[in-house]
Amino acid sequence: MMAAQNVKHALFCAIITLVISYPILGLKLEAAGIRVVLTGADASTLVAIVAAAVAVFVFQLFRDTIFKGLGRLPSFSPLANREPMSQEKRARVESIALILLLMAALTWPFFASRGSVDLATLVLIYVMLALGLNVVVGLAGLLDLGYVAFYAVGAYTFALLHQYFDFTFWQALFVGSGLAAFTGMLLGFPVLRLRGDYLAIVTLGFGEIIRILLNNWTQLTGGPNGIGGIPDPTLFGMEFGRRVKEEGNISFHEFFNIPYDSNHKIIFLYLIALVLATFTALVIRRFMKMPVGRAWEALREDEIAARSLGLNRTSIKLSAFTIGAFFAGFAGTVFASKQGFISPESFVFLESAIILAIVVLGGMGSQLGVILAAIAVTILPELAREFSEYRMLIFGAAMVTMMVWRPQGLMPVRRIPIKLKKAE
Amino acid sequence: MLEVRNLSMRFGGLLAVDQVSLDVQEQEIVSIIGPNGAGKTTVFNCMSGFYKPSGGQIIFDGKEIQGKSDHKISLMGMVRTFQHVRLFTKMTVVENLLVAQHRHLNTNFMAGLLKTPDYRERERKALDRAAYWLERVGLMDLANREAGNLAYGQQRRLEIARCMVTEPRLLMLDEPAAGLNPAETRELNQLINSLKEDYNVSVVLIEHDMSLVMEISDRITVINQGRPLAAGTPDEVRNNDDVIKAYLGET
Amino acid sequence: MPDFLYFLQQLINGLAIGSAYALIAIGYTMVYGIIGMINFAHGEIYMIGAYTALIAITGLATLGIAWLPLILVVALVCAVLVSSSMGWAVERVAYRPVRGRHRLIPLISAIGMSIFLQNYVHLAQGSRNVGFPALIQGGFQFGDPDSFQTSISYMQITIFVATLVCMSALTLFISHSRIGRACRAVSQDLGMANLLGIETNRIISATFVIGASLAAVAGLLLGMYYGSVDPLFGFIAGLKAFTAAVLGGIGSIPGAMLGGLILGVSESMTSGYLSGEYKDVVSFGLLILILLFKPTGLLGKPEVEKI
Repeated sequence: MMAAQNVKHALFCAIITLVISYPILGLKLEAAGIRVVLTGADASTLVAIVAAAVAVFVFQLFRDTIFKGLGRLPSFSPLANREPMSQEKRARVESIALILLLMAALTWPFFASRGSVDLATLVLIYVMLALGLNVVVGLAGLLDLGYVAFYAVGAYTFALLHQYFDFTFWQALFVGSGLAAFTGMLLGFPVLRLRGDYLAIVTLGFGEIIRILLNNWTQLTGGPNGIGGIPDPTLFGMEFGRRVKEEGNISFHEFFNIPYDSNHKIIFLYLIALVLATFTALVIRRFMKMPVGRAWEALREDEIAARSLGLNRTSIKLSAFTIGAFFAGFAGTVFASKQGFISPESFVFLESAIILAIVVLGGMGSQLGVILAAIAVTILPELAREFSEYRMLIFGAAMVTMMVWRPQGLMPVRRIPIKLKKAE
Repeated sequence: MLEVRNLSMRFGGLLAVDQVSLDVQEQEIVSIIGPNGAGKTTVFNCMSGFYKPSGGQIIFDGKEIQGKSDHKISLMGMVRTFQHVRLFTKMTVVENLLVAQHRHLNTNFMAGLLKTPDYRERERKALDRAAYWLERVGLMDLANREAGNLAYGQQRRLEIARCMVTEPRLLMLDEPAAGLNPAETRELNQLINSLKEDYNVSVVLIEHDMSLVMEISDRITVINQGRPLAAGTPDEVRNNDDVIKAYLGET
Repeated sequence: MPDFLYFLQQLINGLAIGSAYALIAIGYTMVYGIIGMINFAHGEIYMIGAYTALIAITGLATLGIAWLPLILVVALVCAVLVSSSMGWAVERVAYRPVRGRHRLIPLISAIGMSIFLQNYVHLAQGSRNVGFPALIQGGFQFGDPDSFQTSISYMQITIFVATLVCMSALTLFISHSRIGRACRAVSQDLGMANLLGIETNRIISATFVIGASLAAVAGLLLGMYYGSVDPLFGFIAGLKAFTAAVLGGIGSIPGAMLGGLILGVSESMTSGYLSGEYKDVVSFGLLILILLFKPTGLLGKPEVEKI
């Protein structure tokens, strides 16, 4: 009886698998002149579809047994059975590891290829973005789907201020992130009263509105053509190009009397990104231990209880939103400088989704997890170029899998113990 | 110190609370009792600012507070607990107590980032206050556990400690004894009494455990179907015909 | 007179698009009403419906079948079958395991599903948009042929009729069938319905299947109306439909209809009188305003915060 029902259910699931995969995967629409024709997929795709259906059938049939087996499997983590390290020892190990990591990050680019340093700069931009979004989503529990808008504000501020007022990178960095924070505050103020899922949709709407405005306000933003000619950062007025562009500046290689090397510029930008990303991480880390950081988490855990204890939800959420936006502005300025050219195409919803995926994979609220996830998510598609078109597919699947199996992320947050003095 | 006058709360067509009045003096324990669904928690929700009452006045320390926002009421010194424990479950026990002291801390960003002396001083005081109350409710050894991992009775005690670190003047407890065993209920009884005696706090209590209510209340208000049914000392309420009828009719 | 005819034209266009939005919005509103989550992947289900319909139509054309009613019926059946299976599968895989967890978790799972499905179709069918044959051509024209003429195309009439039929069928189904009654019970109180022996899992699955079927109908209709599909086809449409659902009051089926029509009309008026580029800005702006000032929507019930 039980078995018959299992077979029926398994068969049903297998049929559904066929129905949802065959028409889309097995039949391909192709344009032939003005007409559209249908071609069948090759044999391997068809085999894959059938194999998937069979796999689903078998899995559903032996579902209970499989889950029971999984439960009995010994934990395959080698660390699981070890004694936990003492607090002091762990803190020491962690700080040594961090210092080594930072030193490696500082010296590595001088021996690496130009392409990989450039990629590393991009990784660091994502680290900043993800750390900033982590404040909003991971700590304060506010699902912001329009985060990329603040990134855009940072990038466009730099581009426009340079175009019209000749701002340098350093000036724009502060104006840009400040303006992004201000935008965050302005947009955040009315929407933060909304319930979680409505907030998500409204922020998504805001993000789209900003992108559409950038796309259509052609006189100011250049529309889809974007803005080019964004300068590189300077070091105390020294430029890294072969020839000096701004009057009054000198070039780096002339000042130090070394031969011109186009790598200098790349490395310098990387180092700036590294410094800014480290700054971001440290500041947010500090925030997490401050009253405001605890208040963010409290609101995420139980908003009603937090309010009953005198926490003003609007101002606390607003601070998370503003700080998140600030660091997105940071990242935006670096991005504009790295690319030298920006257009609305870099600020689509998908970008927000990638940053969110990083936060989710790393473990909402966990800084180290988020940093590692940013590195993995940016580098893996570059390493496996042949898979790069599957990148978003895998992201989507990973987000679902994480939510189902490990919503705390790959590296969940570890609470920091606080020592208490016994009262006399 | 607290006076509730003719409080009413309407949800659509339903009058959940109808003309309820209540007053609480300094250092007094007042209980609100009544059958399930009588509107007791709704009264709490109005008093603590979660609902905006449809009618009536709530006066705390001579100021009208009805319709004020929840966190402002809390900052004035009226703090509550909830029928179902509401802790910040993923945060540690100490962190729960630190969040509650937000009001006492230096929340200026710059002060925190630069760790100014004032910031450190206030953080230290908050930790001392947390330590004191953890000791007081017997949770010192569990200070760095996640609050969600505590046993139920411990969670209840933590919730009260979390209210007390805010240094309230009026504590509103919504069924604090629900789910506790008799020994834990006795401890709770002593704790509430000591809050009143030693810490100068007035308590409004919603509770179903009649032995607890009768023992510690100075006065009792009975509500039935949203309307006030009786009020007085435990003895008066115990012998009130309407109350007996409502309770016998109910069970 | 030409001014009025121009206005009328915008109105008709808006109502046509709006009816289709309403069909998609049903899926959002029913799912939200029952399990309180935004089914972010619903727009993709609609997109898959449109693709399947196009595949069926192209397939029949290859076979040499040209009888319009047959083509439409086959396309509709295929689209509904694939979309509803997809809806069912999505719920099983991505939503059921996370039901009842913290609010963010199902939502992120849904966003992941949406990204996954978009790229699934993208990889299988390419990212370029594909032409959708205009099977239903022609229409009525009125007004002075020398100045502005208002037209109602047969396609628009088809959209109105199809929406009307679907909505009536749905309303009857919800109010009279056993599953429909169970749906209402579950949306009132899931836990209680479960205690009373209603198989809530089945009902939730049924909700997804119904929502996906209506989205598939919309996919076929709007595919023909716009004349092309691409893998991103569902994303914006899904957002619009969600806006419609919120506008009308999420959880309310007549609300979805009303919201869809209002949204469709305001969009076509923006296109007609301002600029087509800003129509999305108007609909998102509308969404934000509604959520800020009347989050329960036009026909929704007020919600009391549970404490």
